[in-house]
Amino acid sequence: MSNSHGTDLNVHAATGDEPVFPLPPHHHRLTDTDPRAAKRAERQIATMFILSALGMVGFVVAYVMVPTTSYLDLGPVGVLQTSNLLLGLTFGTATLLIGVAAIHWAKKLMADEEIIDHRHPVGSTDEDREEALAAFNAGVAESGFAERPLLRRTLIAALALFPIPLIVLLKDMGPLPGDSLRHTIWRKGSRIVIDVSGQPLRPEDMSVGSLVSASPADLNDIQEAEGNQNARAKASIILVRMKPGEIVSEQGEGWSYQGILAFSKICTHVGCPIALYQQRTHHLLCPCHQSTFDLADSGAVVFGPAARRMPQLPITVDNEGYLVAQSDFHEPVGPSFWERP
Amino acid sequence: MSVIVKEVGRALGRADERLPVASGLKKNLRKVFPDHWSFMLGEIALYSFLILLLTGVYLTIFFKPSMTDVVYHGSYQPLVGVPMTEAYSSALGISFDVRGGLLIRQIHHWAALFFMAAMMVHMFRIFFTGAFRKPREFNWIIGGSMILIGLLEGFAGYSLPDDLLSGVGVRIVAGIVESIPIVGTYLLFFIFGGQYPGTDFIPRLYTFHVLLVPGILLASVGLHLVLVFYHKHTQYPGPGRTNENVVGFPLFPVYTAKAGGFFFVVFGVTVLISALVTINPIWAYGPYVPDQVTAGSQPDWYIGFVDGALRAFPSWESQFWGHTWSWNIFLPCVVLPGLMVTALLAYPFIESWVTGETGEHHLLDRPRNAATRTSLGAMAIAFYGVLVINGANDIIAAAFNLSINQLTWFTRIGIFIIPPLVFLSTHRFCMGLQRRDRELLLHGRESGQILRLPHGEFIEIHTPISDDQKAVILSKRDIAPLAIPAATDQNGVATPGLAGKKIRAKLSGFFFQDNVARPSAAEIEAAHHHAHEVHDHEITELHEAGKQAPSQLTD
Amino acid sequence: MTSTSVRRHKATGLVVLLAGLVTTGIGYAAVTSTAEASVPQASQGQLDQGHQIFLEGCATCHGLAAQGSSDGPSLIGVGAAAVDFQVSTGRMPLAAPDNQAPQKAVVYTADQISALAAYVASLGPGPSIPSASDVSTTDAELAEGGVLFRTNCAQCHNFAGRGGALSDGKYAPSMMNATPTQMYEAMLTGPQNMPVFNDKTMPPAQKQAIIKYIKNLQQAQAPGGLALGSYGPVTEGVFIWTAGIGALLAAAVWIGAKVR
Repeated sequence: MSNSHGTDLNVHAATGDEPVFPLPPHHHRLTDTDPRAAKRAERQIATMFILSALGMVGFVVAYVMVPTTSYLDLGPVGVLQTSNLLLGLTFGTATLLIGVAAIHWAKKLMADEEIIDHRHPVGSTDEDREEALAAFNAGVAESGFAERPLLRRTLIAALALFPIPLIVLLKDMGPLPGDSLRHTIWRKGSRIVIDVSGQPLRPEDMSVGSLVSASPADLNDIQEAEGNQNARAKASIILVRMKPGEIVSEQGEGWSYQGILAFSKICTHVGCPIALYQQRTHHLLCPCHQSTFDLADSGAVVFGPAARRMPQLPITVDNEGYLVAQSDFHEPVGPSFWERP
Repeated sequence: MSVIVKEVGRALGRADERLPVASGLKKNLRKVFPDHWSFMLGEIALYSFLILLLTGVYLTIFFKPSMTDVVYHGSYQPLVGVPMTEAYSSALGISFDVRGGLLIRQIHHWAALFFMAAMMVHMFRIFFTGAFRKPREFNWIIGGSMILIGLLEGFAGYSLPDDLLSGVGVRIVAGIVESIPIVGTYLLFFIFGGQYPGTDFIPRLYTFHVLLVPGILLASVGLHLVLVFYHKHTQYPGPGRTNENVVGFPLFPVYTAKAGGFFFVVFGVTVLISALVTINPIWAYGPYVPDQVTAGSQPDWYIGFVDGALRAFPSWESQFWGHTWSWNIFLPCVVLPGLMVTALLAYPFIESWVTGETGEHHLLDRPRNAATRTSLGAMAIAFYGVLVINGANDIIAAAFNLSINQLTWFTRIGIFIIPPLVFLSTHRFCMGLQRRDRELLLHGRESGQILRLPHGEFIEIHTPISDDQKAVILSKRDIAPLAIPAATDQNGVATPGLAGKKIRAKLSGFFFQDNVARPSAAEIEAAHHHAHEVHDHEITELHEAGKQAPSQLTD
Repeated sequence: MTSTSVRRHKATGLVVLLAGLVTTGIGYAAVTSTAEASVPQASQGQLDQGHQIFLEGCATCHGLAAQGSSDGPSLIGVGAAAVDFQVSTGRMPLAAPDNQAPQKAVVYTADQISALAAYVASLGPGPSIPSASDVSTTDAELAEGGVLFRTNCAQCHNFAGRGGALSDGKYAPSMMNATPTQMYEAMLTGPQNMPVFNDKTMPPAQKQAIIKYIKNLQQAQAPGGLALGSYGPVTEGVFIWTAGIGALLAAAVWIGAKVR
C-alpha cells in the first residue's frame, strides 16, 4: 500500500492505528511453571551475590597484604604487578557478579508480561500554542519594546558590548609571537655537543654512516635559566657523515665539513623529532607521518606529507678542532606557519 | 527489610510535601521500555562515562598537573634519577607507589576507549534504524556533539601524564595549530603561554579535562536522557507494535534490574580487563623530551582517522604574498573533520528534506528497507575505516612485512575507490534481503521437503512463515519519491524555486531507487491461495492414491 | 796495545746476551702491531679457513678480494665485529637480494664464523669483536641506559625494542632475542641501513648502559598485564573493538534474549 505525500502527513504503519497482528500470547518460562526451576534460579542468584561479597572482602585483603613492589612472573603473559592483578581480579569479578545476578533475577524471576503504553503527541496542542503566543504578545505590548526604538537600540548596543571585556581578558594567556619562531639559540661559534653525554665532537670521531644526536653546548644552562624546554624544542640537531662524493647538493656553499652534515631534528611537517636515518640511502624518515628527506640532496622531501626540506645548520671546526656552527639556521625550523615566507 | 521500606516511605512522604514526588514516581516507575539488545549500546557509553567520573576523581587526588622539573625517586627502577616533569612523576607515583593506583589509572583509560567505541556503535544503531528522525533530530545532534567532545577530552586525558608518546602528540597538535592561516601563531602562543612547549600547557589542559568538559558532558548526557525519557524509546516493528504505542517491560522492577545490572557488568568487565591487560604503559615510554620519539607513534584509536588523513595527504603548500598556506595540514586536520562532523550532524535534516517525510517516527526501520540510507552509512564507515587503518600503517607494515610507502599510496587511491564500492555492494545486499522478504511473505519458507507429483513434476514444499515474522516483514512502508515538479502550473505561472525542487526530487528518486515493493494484500491473498491450491490438491490426490504423506522424502 | 791486552771482561758474554735480547725484544715489539687486548692473534690456519669459507659463501656478491660488486658492498675495513654480527644472526649469507637481509637460520658454526671474521679483519683494520668485559653490564646504570636508548634507538626500534618500519619495506628488527654481543656489534658497525654508533661518539660505557636497558626490556616486565605486543595505542584500539566491545555486546544480547 503506497502513501502519497501531503505536507504534514503522519505516516502510520501500513494498516492504520490498530495492529494487524496482535501481541503474541504470553509464553511461560520454565521458572513460571516449575517451582523447582524458580528455586534453582533463586539459589543461583543468591550464590552470585554471596560470592560477590566475598570478592569485595578479598579486595580488602589484597590491598592490605600485597605491596605495589611485588611482581608475579606469569610466563608468556609477562611479569605483572601482583597488586594490580589481585585487586583487579577480586573487585572486577565481584562487581561483574552483582550485575549478572541482577540480570539473571530479571530474566528468570521477575514478571515478563509485556505491557503496552500509548504514545501521546510529543508537541504542544494547538490551544497551548495560541495561549503561549498570546502571552508573549501581551508581554511585548506591556513592555513597550516594540514602540520605543530608542530603548530597543540602546539595549542591543549595551548587550553587544558586554562580551568584549571577557574576550579582552584572555589576551594575557600568552605573549605575541613576534619573530621568535624564526630563531634558535645557535650562533656563530656555538659548539656542538652530543646529547646526554654533553661531550664535544671532533670530525674524526664520526665514521661514514655515523648518526649523532646533538645540541648547542650552552643548551643545558639556558634550559636551567629559562625553566622550560623551549630552546631544546628548536635547537636539536642530528649530524650524519657520508662520503663527500655522495653529497649531491647542500643548502649552502661550505655548510658541511668533510662529509659531515648537520640538520635540524624537528620535522618540517608538524614538528615530531626525526632521527630515523637510513645510512645507505641517506634518507631521514619521520615516524609520525612518514615524511622522508634526502640528506644527501639538501634535505629535500622525497616522500610523505611534509612540504619543506629539512633545514641544514652550517658547520665548521673551531681552532681547537671541535665542530661548531657557523651561524643560526638560515630558515625557521619546525612546522610551517602563516608568516613564514 | 520492612523497617527500611517504612523509613524510605516516610522520607519520600516528607519530600512529597515539598515537591510532587509521588506524581513523578506515578508516571515513571512503570514507564515502558522495549526490550532489544541493540538498545543497550548507549548504556555502555553512559556507564563508561560514570566510571570515568568515579575513577577520574580518584586520580585527581594524586596527580600533580605541573611542568616543574623534578628528579624521580620512586620505586620504578629504570627511571630513578631521571629528570622529568612533576606531572609525569606523579603519574608514575600513581602507577607504582599508590596501592590500586595502577588499577584505577588503567580502568580510567580503558573506560575512555569503551566510552568512545560505545558511542560510535550506538550511533551506528541509531543511524541504521532511522531513530534520528523526527522528533529525535536534536538528540542526534547532542549525541554527535558528545562524540566530538569526548574525542577532545580523551586527547586531553592521555596527554596529561606528559609521557613521550602523548607529548609527541601534543607537539603534532601544536604544529597543526601553528599552520592555521592568519591566527595560527597567535593561537599557538596563547594556548601554550608562549613558545612550545612552555610550562603552562599541562595545567591548562588539566582544567579543561577535569572541570570544563566533564561539566559540558554531564549536562549533555542529562539532556540526552531526558529527551529519550520524554519522547519514549523507539521500538522495532513487530506484532502488536505500532507507531502510536510502546510495548515492553516496566522501568521498575525489570529495567532497574536489567539496566542496573548492566552497569555492574560493564564496570566488572572494565575492571577485569584493567587487571589483565596493560594500557598506556607510560613508564616504558619515558618522560617527554622534545627531541626524543618512538617508532610507532600513534594517538588513541578515536583520533586515528585524523592521523591517517595527515599521513596520506600530499605535500601541498603554497606561498602567496609572503605568507604560507599549509594545505597539507589545514585540509586533513581542520577542513576534513569539519566537513565530516557537519555532514553527520546535519544528516537528519538532509534526509527529511530529500524524502519529504514530516511525520513522527517511533517505529524503527529495518536497515534493509532503507537501502540507500544503509548504504550511505556503510560508505561513511568505509571512508572512516580507510583513514583509521592508514593511521596505523607503520605498525601494519612492521607486523606484516609491507612497505609503508605502498600502504600510503593504497590509502591515497583507496579512499576514493573503496567507499563507492562499499556503497554499491551494500545496496545490492539490501535489495537482495528485500527480495527475500517478499519471497518469504508470498511463498513461505523452503522446507526442504520435495514432493513428486503424479505427473512427474518435482516441487518443494514451502511452509508459511509465522505471524510474528509476517508482522515484521509487513511493517515495511512503500514511500514514493517526490514527483518532479512541472515547470509551470496550469495557469502558466512559473514554479518558484524550480531548480531547488528539481534537485530535491532527483535526490528523492535516488534515495528510494530500486526499492522492492511491499506485496499488496491482493498479491498476498493470491499467493496463499495458489499455494494451498497446489498443495492441498496434490496431497489429496496422494492420500487417495494411498501414498505416504508428503512429510517423507520421495525418490 | 797487543790483541792479548784486549781482555774479555768476565761479564762481556752476559752483556752481549742482554744486548741481543733487548735488541730482539725492541725489534719484535716494533714489528708487531699493538693489538687490542680483546683480540687474539689469528693463526694462519684460521685465516686460510676463513679465506676458504669466504670464497665459497661470500665472494659471489662481495668480490673475490672483498672489494665489493654491484651485488654487495666492499668488506675491506668492516672489521671482525661486522662479520660476526651478520653471520651469527643468520643475515649473511643472503638467500636472495632484497631491500633488507632478514634474520634467518645460521649457516656456519661458531668456529667457522671466527675464522671468517678473522679473515675479513685481516683485509683492513676495522672494529673487532667485543670481548666479554666489553659487553659486561655490572657497572652500567639502568636509568642512564634508558635515556640513551630513547635518544638513539627508540625512534627506529620502538620504545620497548619491538622494532619498527622504515622506508620501502625495510624495518628495524625486534631486539627481544638479541645477545649483548650482537647488540654491541650492531651499534659499533651499523649493519645495512642502521647508522654507526662508534666508540668515540658512543663510548663503551654508554653502550653497556644501553645493553643493560635492552636486557631489562627483554624481561618483559608488564606491570599492568598483557602488553599486547608493546606496539602502543594501535593494539589497544584493536583489543577494545574486538574483545572489549565484543564482550559487552555478548552481554547485551544475553540480557535482551528471550527466556525459555
